[in-house]
Amino acid sequence: MDSFTPSLAMETSPLGVPVVDIDPYCDEFLSEPYAAHRQLREAGPVVWIPAYGIYACARHESVQAVFNDPGTFISGAGVGLANFNKESPFRPKSLILEADPPSHTKARTVLARILSPKTVMQIRATFTSEAESLVDRLMTRQAAGEVIDAVKDLSEVYPLKVFPDAVGVGDADRENLLLYGNMIFNSFGPRNERLQKSAELVQPVTAWIMAHCQRENLRSGGFGDLIYQAADAGEITHDEAPLLVRSFLSAGVDTTVNGISNAILCLANYPAEYAKLCLDHSLARPAFEESLRFESAVQTFFRTTSKDTELFGVQIPKDSKVVTFLAAANRDERQWSDPDSFDVRRRARGHMAFGSGIHGCVGQVVARLEGEVILTALAKRVSRIELIGAPKRRLNNTLRAMASMPVRLIPA
Amino acid sequence: MVNVNLIDASGLSQTLHVLEGQSLMQAAVSAGVAGILGECGGSAMCATCHVYVDEAFADQLPTPLDTELEMLECTVSDRLPNSRLACQIKLSVLHEGLVVRLPDRQQ
Repeated sequence: MDSFTPSLAMETSPLGVPVVDIDPYCDEFLSEPYAAHRQLREAGPVVWIPAYGIYACARHESVQAVFNDPGTFISGAGVGLANFNKESPFRPKSLILEADPPSHTKARTVLARILSPKTVMQIRATFTSEAESLVDRLMTRQAAGEVIDAVKDLSEVYPLKVFPDAVGVGDADRENLLLYGNMIFNSFGPRNERLQKSAELVQPVTAWIMAHCQRENLRSGGFGDLIYQAADAGEITHDEAPLLVRSFLSAGVDTTVNGISNAILCLANYPAEYAKLCLDHSLARPAFEESLRFESAVQTFFRTTSKDTELFGVQIPKDSKVVTFLAAANRDERQWSDPDSFDVRRRARGHMAFGSGIHGCVGQVVARLEGEVILTALAKRVSRIELIGAPKRRLNNTLRAMASMPVRLIPA
Repeated sequence: MVNVNLIDASGLSQTLHVLEGQSLMQAAVSAGVAGILGECGGSAMCATCHVYVDEAFADQLPTPLDTELEMLECTVSDRLPNSRLACQIKLSVLHEGLVVRLPDRQQ
């Protein structure tokens, strides 16, 4: 029998490791994970989740330790539940996410240069004016009687405009990227109904995604074209180039969409914090940072042990899957004072929302730019963000995602 | 503990007590040093922990990796021959008394 069954795994709970009997992929957990996160942290720095036969880290110190020992906790065997040493990946492996040094280093160097702070200096003015004009348009539509959905009308629209523009993807059918991102982030969990449904939705647009990884469909001088230029220069092969463009398309949109959604939700839920941002727009960047800590868009990633190892006193055999709960580390009482309060003046640096170490999010400076300019554009025009209906989550195996958030934007 | 002397852009100096094995960025951020941001948390991704290492200590630090050199091209303040990223400087007792200067801006 080659299919995974939870009951089979339960029999092999390792001795001496605290057991936390939860299902981190059930609707209840994904809807409201924070109480279970606390339970995981309280049980120990390294625990065992029998339902999936995996080790788990939910404390800041243990999540950070795993990320910063990439020789022991490798990515090449998959950063989701699936162990690529035992089952084949459902798609060709990512050259950056699901890779280890030395091949990872090569890809990382190219991507890091394309997405560098220097690039951000060049794109800042465009990203800013797009944010400003989007919020202006929303205020006009609202004044004309329309109800604004902060997810559908703002946090999906903005990254879908600026990021594919920067990559060099044409205007048509960009929503396909949302379907694709949703499926990719579901695929890091179990092969459950949630993954199956999102895969069915993305199936008709797969050809579109793959076509947009090809050079002829990418604007000259955009991030995608720069990948091909790196191939021309011999830094990577021409076969590798489309797979690296694919990483832009899979990782660059649904993450920032939900990062921005979560930030707006935080600011709506904590009006006193939003008021501080309105008084001092330089708080936009720290406010976005705090929202990343408070409601991390990416909740989990896995590693696989390359050898027998010991982590905080727990013996972990070679070829074990270890899940890291980034979002739980970001509310660890051992790391943060008053972690369940949203505080725009907090120094939230050191959070794990972008990971840490050699696999730390390579697009993080662009993500921060998007968050900063959107929050600044809002703070300039909107004195209060009022929720006028219950915000709805979109449950995803990996992402803390939102489906809709009807709001009233009170003009400043 | 390793003692590091930080001198900010205005000339004010302070002594930082760093745990052995810790990076200079981690120690500075934990101590609330305003002139070092370390936004990316130490992945050599953001160039916001830029420091100038005093020439007298230049030989005592390992040469920067390619990733650090790439990122040093992205600093907001001038890059000098003694520019380093504090996140890539792991301290040991060999670095006792290290002197670093901070640029006027990180962002």
